Amino acid sequence: MHVNIRLFARLRELAGAAELARQLPEGSSAHDAWNTLVAEFPAMKDYGGSISCAVNEEYSRLSTLLRDGDEVAFLPPVSGG
Amino acid sequence: MRPGSAPARGRSTISGGYTEQMAAFHVTAAPLDVQAVAGLVTRDSDGAVATFVGLVRDHNAGRAVRWLDYEAFAPLAVKTFEQIGGEAAAQWPDTRLAIHHRTGRVAIGEASVAIAAASPHRGHAFAACRYAIERVKQIAPIWKHEHFEGGEVWIEGATADPADDTARAAALERACT
Repeated sequence: MHVNIRLFARLRELAGAAELARQLPEGSSAHDAWNTLVAEFPAMKDYGGSISCAVNEEYSRLSTLLRDGDEVAFLPPVSGG
Repeated sequence: MRPGSAPARGRSTISGGYTEQMAAFHVTAAPLDVQAVAGLVTRDSDGAVATFVGLVRDHNAGRAVRWLDYEAFAPLAVKTFEQIGGEAAAQWPDTRLAIHHRTGRVAIGEASVAIAAASPHRGHAFAACRYAIERVKQIAPIWKHEHFEGGEVWIEGATADPADDTARAAALERACT
């Protein structure tokens, strides 16, 4: 299935892109999408314990199962204000 | 003004590119206007409006800061602000919040965030305003890219988890003590 991945802040810089389109096996979770990214961009591994994720612009658990066409965003620790 | 006539209302004061229909929860690259933000939530039944303006300062962690670039996941940030507004309304039912956050390059001394909490009672207004900024820092998907003398760094604070009741309780404690 096809998913759109969105990245922010330092994750965006590590990937060199704010958006990536990737093919994932049916039944993949947001965490599986993350693991795909880490395989591609090993420097992201350090964020494994601190990222948040959002599926289709809603905060979601990493265990959330993705569907074809979903957008999954990975968010490093936040620093607004 | 004729004797006995009501004075003009001040809340129509709009400036800095703000429009009268602007949303209470907003992410924008434009300069913030805290007076306009306050006007979005203040009613005739309110006795107080507490406002908070976060400023970009010229130093951080021993570094001389030149400016900050703010990045946001804007649609999710607005939803997060709405959640914070809902949390505040549950805690202080007569109190309303507005939260506006800046994106892009923000110079030293400029406002990065403007929050207003309006209530019939000053205690609730103060508490809700403090609660809101604590929650923004905990869960809003917004990041500072700090440019300082000699380099740049992404500031990374809390892992955002809007469902984390411990973080929410900590924000409430800060607001009420």
